[in-house]
Parts: sequence; C-alpha cells; structure tokens
Amino acid sequence: MKAIVNIGLKTGVLDSQGKATHHTLDTLGFKDVVADVRIGKQIILQLNTSDENEAREQVAKMCEDLLANTVIEDYEITLEA
Amino acid sequence: MHVVVLRFPGTNCEFDTKYAFERLGATVSIIWHEETTLPNDTTLVVLPGGFSYGDYLRSGALAKHAPIMTAVKEYASKGGFVLGICNGFQILTETGLLPGALKRNDNLHFISKHHHIKVVSNNNPFLQNTTIGEALNIPVAHHDGNFYANDELLQELIANDQVLLQYCDKDGNNQILNGSVDQIAGICNKEKNIFGLMPHPERAMEALLGSVDGVKMLEGFLK
Repeated sequence: MKAIVNIGLKTGVLDSQGKATHHTLDTLGFKDVVADVRIGKQIILQLNTSDENEAREQVAKMCEDLLANTVIEDYEITLEA
Repeated sequence: MHVVVLRFPGTNCEFDTKYAFERLGATVSIIWHEETTLPNDTTLVVLPGGFSYGDYLRSGALAKHAPIMTAVKEYASKGGFVLGICNGFQILTETGLLPGALKRNDNLHFISKHHHIKVVSNNNPFLQNTTIGEALNIPVAHHDGNFYANDELLQELIANDQVLLQYCDKDGNNQILNGSVDQIAGICNKEKNIFGLMPHPERAMEALLGSVDGVKMLEGFLK
C-alpha cells in the first residue's frame, strides 16, 4: 500500500515562498487567474501493510513525530492500494 | 565548569563554540550524536550551529531523534543548562524543549552579517551580565530563523519573561531582520534553564573579528 502525505503551512501562517511565487505568476500575466499560492511538500511512503486502518494510524504517528512540524504545519494522508 | 558541545553530522560550529568557552576558562568536550549519555560533571550542554543532517526534511527535524537527545532531554528535565545556537535553537524547538518554531526567513534569503540584538530580559543565568535595552553586536547566519509563535504563545512568552533578545539597530530600536514575530531573536523556557537564539555569540569573542559582545553573554553560564 502507498501513502501520500501532503504537508503545508497552516492557514494563518505566512507562506513566504507561496507569496513570492504568486508575485512572479502575476508578472507572467496570470494576475487575473491566480487568487492564492501555497507551497508544501509531498512525501510518498511505500508501506508493507495492506490494512488501511493500520496504515493510516502508523502514518499519522510518523507525521506527528517527524514528518510534519505541527506547530506550523498541517498534514493530509491519502492511501492508495 | 564542563561544557559539552554536541556534534551531529553536518554541525559546523562546534570548534568555534569550543574555542569560545575555553577562552572563558571552561573545560570543553565535543560529543558525537550517537552517544547515549552525557558526562556526569556536565554543567552546560550546547547544541551548536551548522546544518545537522543537511537540513533535510526541516532544519533540526532529524537531529531531534538522534540517540544523544534522550540524555539531553533528561538532563534538561532535571534543571541542567542547555543552550541552542542557530541550528541548535532549531533542534530545541523541533524537540519541544523550547516552544514555537523557526520558519524560512520572510525574504527567502540566507542572511549572513553582523546585526544588533537587544536584551529584553536579563533575569536568567545566560544574560545576567548584560543590561536590559543594551544593543549587542552579534553575527547572524541563517536561512530558517523566522521565529513563529501564535498570539497565545507570544503573550505567554512575554508574560513569563521568556523573550530574551530582539533584532534591533545599533541604538536599540527594534528592527525587522527575518520576519520573526515581535522581532524575536532568542527565547528561554519557563524554568529558565533552556536557552535558544539564532545569532552566534561564539563568533563575537575577538575584537579582531569585529565584536567581543559574545563574551558577556556566554560568561553568564560561568558565574
């Protein structure tokens, strides 16, 4: 089973990279198209288990312990068979 | 006085830190991160600057699970003094030994220069030799030094006298450097035995190198 973890800054925490990238998109002519840009990271884990509940529980633990800094970041786990 | 300086793969300020504390008369040992115990006579643990684990994942994130950190947490929980400088500060926030987090600098630049920091509180062992409001000339060198605390935590830090240092100009007026909330450059825990700051006092020990203001800061631990 594969786990895809998306990590990004919490709403309300200034995303300087997103802001700078948004600014550059504006100058490229996308000013009217783009309302906001947020940048995060994606971590893809190949898991040995095929039990969805176990996978979700274990990956959430990894996020809390290491993969995300929950003071400033949120995480979202997607599982694929 | 036995100062123990930790060394992780990618640490690069361990020798400057050793030099600084030896210059103040302390005995200094550099300890590898795979060790699981601290010397019995340790009087201060320093997590020095650098790029532990290449800053992979997040600055300080991988170092927090290094074997030596269990001993550091135990030492700190018994009231032992711990100081984190730059990457060491990042490791302490990642570990949860200090509150808040250090984000990418707002201007996205790696900032490396001499900058002034103002003493906000000297009611602690670290800054006991400094004066409140005093502007110290100390080098900074970081990419992720933008201190973040939500409003609730910020109020708590202020109320408990945990804000130690703020970025300022040479006259002590607050100055934005990297986007830190309230221009915070350094904090301590509530119990005032764990200290973290982004600037490098160990690089301000010799007049020839531009400043000796680091001396009176680090000397606080020797008194």
